[in-house]
Amino acid sequence: MARLAMVIDTAKCVGCMDCVVACKTENNVPEGFNRDWIVQDVQGKFPTLHMEIRSERCNHCENPPCVTCCPTGASHVHEYGGVVLVDHDRCIGCKACVASCPYDARFIHPDGYADKCTFCIHRVEKGLEPACVAVCPTRCMYFGDLDDPHSTVRRLMKERKHHTLLPEGGTKPHVYYLT
Amino acid sequence: MNAVSRRKFLKIGAGTVVGAAASVGALHALQKSGALNALAGERVKGLRKVPTFCDMCFWKCGAIAYVRDGKLWKVEGNPDDPLSRGRLCPRGTGGVGAHYDPDRLRAPLLRKNLRGEEQWVEVTWDEALDYIAGKMKRIKAQYGAEAMALFSHGIGGTFLKHLIKAYGSPNVSAPSFAQCRGPRDVGFRLTFGEDVSSPERTDIRNAQCLVLIGSHLGENMHNTQVQEFAEAVENHASIIVVDPRFSVAASKAKFYLPIKPGTDLALLLAWMNVIVRENLYDKAYVEQYGFGFEPLAAEIASYSPEWAYPETGIEPKLIYETAREMARYKPATLVHPGRHVTWYGDDAQRSRAIALLNALLGSWGRKGGFYTPVSMDVPAYPYPPYPKSEKGKVDNPDHKYPFAHETITTGIREATLTGKPYPIKGWMIYATNLLHALPNEQETIRAIQNLDLMVVVDVIPSEIAGWADVVLPESVYLERHDDLNVEWFREPFIAIRQPAVESPHEQKPNWWMAKKLAERLDLGHYFPWATIEEYLEKRITSAGLDYQELNAKGILRGEQQPIYFDEGVTAEFPTPSGKIEFYSLQLAEAGFDPVPKYSRPPEPPAGYFRLLFGRAPVHSFSRTQSNPILMDMMDENSIWVNADVARRYGLKTGDRVRLKNQDGVVSNPINVHATERIRTDCVYMVHGFGHNSKTLKRAFGKGASDAQLITRYTTDPLMGGTGMNVNFVTFETEA
Amino acid sequence: MNEIWNSRTNPMIDPTLHIWGWEIPVYLFLGGLVAGFMIISGYFTLKGHHRHSYFSSFYLPHLSLIFLSLGMFALFLDLEYKLHVWRLYTTFEITSPMSWGAWILVLVYPMLLLNTLVSIPEPFRNRIRVFDRFSDWINRHPYLIKNIGIWNMIVGAVLGMYTGVLLSGLAARPLWNNSMLWVLFLTSGLSSAAALVHLISTDKVERVASARADNAFLTFELLVLALFIVGMLSSARAQQEAVFLILSGPYAAVFWIFVVLLGIVIPLIIQLLAVNHKIRHTPVAPILVMAGGVILRFVIVYAGQYSHWAQPAMSF
Repeated sequence: MARLAMVIDTAKCVGCMDCVVACKTENNVPEGFNRDWIVQDVQGKFPTLHMEIRSERCNHCENPPCVTCCPTGASHVHEYGGVVLVDHDRCIGCKACVASCPYDARFIHPDGYADKCTFCIHRVEKGLEPACVAVCPTRCMYFGDLDDPHSTVRRLMKERKHHTLLPEGGTKPHVYYLT
Repeated sequence: MNAVSRRKFLKIGAGTVVGAAASVGALHALQKSGALNALAGERVKGLRKVPTFCDMCFWKCGAIAYVRDGKLWKVEGNPDDPLSRGRLCPRGTGGVGAHYDPDRLRAPLLRKNLRGEEQWVEVTWDEALDYIAGKMKRIKAQYGAEAMALFSHGIGGTFLKHLIKAYGSPNVSAPSFAQCRGPRDVGFRLTFGEDVSSPERTDIRNAQCLVLIGSHLGENMHNTQVQEFAEAVENHASIIVVDPRFSVAASKAKFYLPIKPGTDLALLLAWMNVIVRENLYDKAYVEQYGFGFEPLAAEIASYSPEWAYPETGIEPKLIYETAREMARYKPATLVHPGRHVTWYGDDAQRSRAIALLNALLGSWGRKGGFYTPVSMDVPAYPYPPYPKSEKGKVDNPDHKYPFAHETITTGIREATLTGKPYPIKGWMIYATNLLHALPNEQETIRAIQNLDLMVVVDVIPSEIAGWADVVLPESVYLERHDDLNVEWFREPFIAIRQPAVESPHEQKPNWWMAKKLAERLDLGHYFPWATIEEYLEKRITSAGLDYQELNAKGILRGEQQPIYFDEGVTAEFPTPSGKIEFYSLQLAEAGFDPVPKYSRPPEPPAGYFRLLFGRAPVHSFSRTQSNPILMDMMDENSIWVNADVARRYGLKTGDRVRLKNQDGVVSNPINVHATERIRTDCVYMVHGFGHNSKTLKRAFGKGASDAQLITRYTTDPLMGGTGMNVNFVTFETEA
Repeated sequence: MNEIWNSRTNPMIDPTLHIWGWEIPVYLFLGGLVAGFMIISGYFTLKGHHRHSYFSSFYLPHLSLIFLSLGMFALFLDLEYKLHVWRLYTTFEITSPMSWGAWILVLVYPMLLLNTLVSIPEPFRNRIRVFDRFSDWINRHPYLIKNIGIWNMIVGAVLGMYTGVLLSGLAARPLWNNSMLWVLFLTSGLSSAAALVHLISTDKVERVASARADNAFLTFELLVLALFIVGMLSSARAQQEAVFLILSGPYAAVFWIFVVLLGIVIPLIIQLLAVNHKIRHTPVAPILVMAGGVILRFVIVYAGQYSHWAQPAMSF
């Protein structure tokens, strides 16, 4: 079983939003909506400041509340890699999943279904990286299988300090941020 | 935001078949509309990949356009391209939006009423070109060919430049000199005899210590530089950032120096003082290549960090520490020369100080410093020689600015206003929005009143297009060929731009316009080729390269050559002394400081803040705000105000204010961004917003324009650059 | 506090969640009201009161059918992909409160229908034969009537609880993620239902009984609210912040004035006086109670969406 994960090096990320743009064109995300986004998190008092820049998206949680709360089974965990997906055809647009996500990663597509990052599963299954990873000019994003002992993501997780978002929520995100 | 769900319900209520999406946004709608099928030409099923190079900024990254079922889908980097290494920046990735931009110019326009009223009649290409050619002939007859000037930015201007030169005018200019990188190149020329050029010959990738002075890499998205910056971060290079604003780059820095705006030269002199006083400079290098080191050492002896402290606000300890840090990693210490450096009018001398600091560290010509760019040898197209101009260029009479080695845009504007040294009667403007690029827009507008002909060639209706007599709509880069990119870079390569899709309306490529105009001006012999492909093929084959291969790959790379002195590059310094000039006799002769001297910049009046401006990673100048994809990333700018200052003024993030400058000019409303990330004596905004061109519908009125507030500028006495960070603003809260 | 900037601007999500408008609070209120009706009418049926009055065993279940259908219509209006609504009934998702709700509703309708058949008033007899015959059959088996009463109470209670669990299952919103919420909504449903029965029942016994019951429900509701607040105040930071949204934040005025004071305390005083014959029964108290019930759902749904675990970004 593969366990797909994204590891993002916040030290290298400049927050240029190329990942957001690439996602837009790759996935035809409608205008005004974002499947991924940039957060700049600043602490301190000028001039002694610390800023973490993060490219955020659906965390493809191991324990996804959006899947458990879905009344129709439209939100589901994909058989490959534990990727959390939405079957548009089964979605009724009740928005429970949108409310259930502590990361606010989901939105309602203008066509009426819940939508979000798919880890570009259509590319991944063809052996490509997700569009955001492939485009990143700083090469701060890494994608791979945590179950593969030789994968870059696994190595980085071993070598570098990292954190996830809202770990206290118990969702077990599969997007990790290197610090 | 109940609008979406409510509308959808109404649609269903009205019996609309579900699945017919309540699509939002123009891109979505456009892609669905039948109109687009027509503009994509014939619909071809399947995926087509067209290698080309980008034009979203002027870095010219290699790209691959994906066309799916005849429609432009996405643009990716060309993995063969040494500039992008297969990864475009957000603007390049969003380049698709340029093709789909609903606000694009569609057909040639002829002015109906007064200039600037933006009242147009759509005309045919023949009518538009006949009109222009008629006027140009009259101008030539009445005032001479030199009375016609071209402002042009980017590689797309090649053929129009050729046309204007063939017509007989030497007055070809771009804001990239006097409003951008000019002072830097002058400062470096005076020191090393060579420009930094573009792409900058900075070896950021290998730098062990990188010093950025106001250079906001990461927000400024010049692709290679940002990629290499990230590599430097990854390699744990020691990064020193000097900026009044805690930039993205500052957040990656080991040392952040929150300098008082306008005092960078004081800091540079203090750094040099420490490095010389403590004998930390590269002695062998200075001895071997340097000229006039002793007078420099004598001159900077008084500029101690303690002296610099009250000027810059940077504590002496930090100045010492950073100077020693730079010296520790020499010669792999790169003090970045910046790019947009027209700040205070002392810019060429400040840039020269940066050059001198680099020279002391021995970084010019060295790994981790400045490499020596190489290029492929591709002969120019064998055109007939241009007619010689007897009057010479108009922009710099009597060499008032002795070290300007390119044409000064504002010099042409001045001549247009005054008629001296001779009158300018025609402006042709290609792909540069002069009203946002040149300081003091009223001066530009007044100059335009003196013209007999004003032509704008562009892809979108920029502000300057609103003042034209004729507006010519150009195909966007994804729809056209352009000249070859024969790049000077770390490694030699050439790249070709070729169309991926057809233009959706009446738009035409610049080469076609130039050729058709030439024919009407009886200059057809300057365009001896029938099509651009013929031109390109001739150039490529004359270089002994394969045209078909270039078409297929988009890029041809040459053999790697040495780029550092240590690898065998001959250290040549085309200065008068043939050496690195620590002391400049030519400056002394021209009456300037042979070693830069610091003078204190004027303080903002009480209650005013220095207006600083910069870039966002998702926009290029004022050219991309209507691009639906990039607009979606950032549709307006905000004014950064220090959090404490904001509190004092009762402002909080999201409040709308107008800015009023020292001359009473008031901006569009703009959102406040109250932040710890900026000093208390200045405010900052991203350049390029606050459009007021009525036909640029989607960008109209979004955010505020710094250009509008830049009514004052300080001209660099060495080279005529316009220092623009000399304006002060205060807040006017919305009533 | 950090300075956080977020580039995301998704409709209905940013700057704070606002996916649910009036439809969901109305649905939750009507669901709770019907739950209360079922418990009340089930109780009267269990007690054999249908022999004295048609209101609680016949008219009230009918009213419930109407209110429940209105509530479900409100829910339907909220769906973004309405023509897929049938998808709810192609599966049972055991972890999804909403799936539970969908199936509970399937049980509610037959229960209500059965209750109406316990005693059919004269004007409605001889209309649909099969109903009459079924009604006669039930009446021949009194234990069936007791079961109908009990099951109406049980299903009603489940329905009432579900309206709370629907929200409290959404752990991402700290105001909702509270184990008292279903008790609160159930109690509030009961108090609103008792208030309405008090207001419109044709039977004096029922009116008096519901007024007395309502006083008990309202008292209990006050207690539950207090525990809800205390529980939140002693929880994680995000939950403390969440409850302050209604205690002192943007929703405080509505909460204290319309939910607590006008929705519970004042009607409780009025009804206590009325029950103890100090003043006459007036429709003022029941109307206030029901209005308070509606507003409670609005406050909880809106403030709950606003509540968050992560620090929200600045919007500009």
